Amino acid sequence: MAAFIGLFRRDLRLALRQGGDAGLVLGFFVLAVVLFPLGVGPEPAVLQRIGAGIVWVAALLAALLSLDRLFEADYHDGGLDLLALSSLPLEFAVLAKCAAHWVATGLPLALISPSLALLVGLDPAEIVILALSLLIGTPALSLIGSVAAALTLGARRQGIVLSILVLPLYIPPLVFGAGAVEASVAGMDARAYLLILAALSLAALAFCPWASAAALRQALE
Amino acid sequence: MINWLANPARFTRISTRTLPWCGWGAVVVIAAGLYWSLMLAPPDYQQGDTVRIMFIHVPAAWMALNVYLLVAVASAVALVWRHPLAEIAARAAAPIGAGFTLICLATGSLWGRPMWGAWWVWDARLTSVLILFFLYLGYMALVNAFDDPSRGGKAGSVLALVGVVNLPIIKFSVDWWNTLHQPASVMRLGGPKIDTSMLVPLLIMAAGFLLLFLALLLLRMRTILNERKAMALRLNAETPSSRAPRAAMVATHPGAE
Amino acid sequence: MDVARPLETSPTALNKPARDLIAEDLACRRGERLVFAGVSFRLPAGGALLLTGANGSGKTSLLRLLATLIPPAAGRLAWGAEPFDADVVAYRALLHYVGHQDGVKPGLTPRETLLFWAALRGAGSGRGSPPLDRALAAFALEPVADWPCRWLSAGQRRRLALARLAVASASIWLLDEPASGLDRDNQLSLERAIAEHRKSGGRVVVASHTLIDIAGADVITLDAFAPSPDHVAG
Repeated sequence: MAAFIGLFRRDLRLALRQGGDAGLVLGFFVLAVVLFPLGVGPEPAVLQRIGAGIVWVAALLAALLSLDRLFEADYHDGGLDLLALSSLPLEFAVLAKCAAHWVATGLPLALISPSLALLVGLDPAEIVILALSLLIGTPALSLIGSVAAALTLGARRQGIVLSILVLPLYIPPLVFGAGAVEASVAGMDARAYLLILAALSLAALAFCPWASAAALRQALE
Repeated sequence: MINWLANPARFTRISTRTLPWCGWGAVVVIAAGLYWSLMLAPPDYQQGDTVRIMFIHVPAAWMALNVYLLVAVASAVALVWRHPLAEIAARAAAPIGAGFTLICLATGSLWGRPMWGAWWVWDARLTSVLILFFLYLGYMALVNAFDDPSRGGKAGSVLALVGVVNLPIIKFSVDWWNTLHQPASVMRLGGPKIDTSMLVPLLIMAAGFLLLFLALLLLRMRTILNERKAMALRLNAETPSSRAPRAAMVATHPGAE
Repeated sequence: MDVARPLETSPTALNKPARDLIAEDLACRRGERLVFAGVSFRLPAGGALLLTGANGSGKTSLLRLLATLIPPAAGRLAWGAEPFDADVVAYRALLHYVGHQDGVKPGLTPRETLLFWAALRGAGSGRGSPPLDRALAAFALEPVADWPCRWLSAGQRRRLALARLAVASASIWLLDEPASGLDRDNQLSLERAIAEHRKSGGRVVVASHTLIDIAGADVITLDAFAPSPDHVAG
């Protein structure tokens, strides 16, 4: 337990000390959202219709960009060997790292999404649901992303292979996350979507650390 | 029997004998199936002759799903039992499965245009099959992304197993969601609800596609095995022969025993 | 010039069951290539093993194999009478691996680094700072203990990696090129640390190009264990 907390705090401390990284992810998030109104035209009705989707897709891409930070450094400086040999099972080490990654990446994305939602003209009720959906869905993004990041350690063109692997797997959270907001726009209850999103995150929590640890062990062999 | 097949030399012998049967069998059966589907089967009372796309679309879809299942099972065998040919089988099958998925998507699109008025709709069935296609592509990208092929094979095995969760989603998507795509007509609990005159050519085409898959699989597995043999020969030819012969040098602590 | 104080490792319970590390006929495969085969040795308490050989002969692979990071392609590895995979977790708790790389994060200080790895070893809450200070002193890192690691030189980072050995309280030390980047004085403190560890019953396996003075160490030259072309079992 102490080891788990120790790893979580270390990764968080590193992410905060190299604060530039988290800032870059947020910066990309904002830029990506800003591109869409410039691309599709500023008509409020159109933007409001697709706003939730825009914010969610931008969040996905921003999360994707931050994924290679998860294991790369440890892999290249020998820390991964030591994590594999420590008293903490590798599955829990993955969980601790994903938790730190979420706090440093997913949580900030969810927290600044309200201001971005204003840029695409969503109503207050929808803004709340959007932020909530990101809050519930971003843990799944960190966890699923960890599997892909672990699988591609040491691969040629790691960035692009990682993207090809992870984006199809990100489609379910995207569908339900953006769907929650659209349901509320259409006047229906968003709760069902949010609950399914929560289920996805919980399923990822149960399944992904195990898959990532298996992939990490292969990377070390 | 799986262990008996594990010997690559034996596999090569058996596959050499089986391959012509699969290959020519596929040609014959698919030809027969096409003739039956195009000429003998009756046109649909609603769709007319366009229904004949079904005879390619549906068997391709079945193959797409089942080949992925094969890739996943072979990956599991490779990871758990480290069967030497399992990883090769998975790697060989994946592009063929991707091909079937592409045929399924393309023929489905061609069928959708006259039937639904759209080349593509974003309903659950089509979206999940599209995800399947991307999973195949991702698998192929991953196994080829490493300089060390065995590392690529192992990583791909994990990925294949992670993606298996998509298969039940595809199968049951037409039941779980209101989709434009029609629900299951053949693989149902209550038995097929399609008429025999259409079921027979459908099954013949399915059998033909299966034989085609087997032929292509055996061909690709042989090719991969030969590539590996060539690489092993080359790697070991470069080992300097000036190395000392293997001495059973046992280092013990002086004074022990 | 950084001056190191000698490292005192107290004989711990780990060294009590004086078992030998036994390797029989180990073989290792990296990718498609069989790197070595037929490596056997026996390492009792207080023993030392020196691995030499050309680049690519498999020194690092053998160390990683002993650290259970790579599975053996053939052969047996046992701790006393028990094969290592009977209880991998217990076996791993006995060893500490210092590889080529230093495992040093630029954003942390040496003190934080050692605290972290000690916590990860399960080396206990409530152990407090004395072992940490001793570790830092043994490798002359006290002056830089609170600097961010990105300010450290290559030699200092190497010493930080070696300082982990002091907080790890492991019986088996697996060291890969430990002296790389160290000047003569620090190499002496490394040799001293190794000698102290062996005196208290620990075991050391070292792979090194540079000349390290390890009294009475057995030497394995891995070139001699390369597979002959016809031995390659495909």
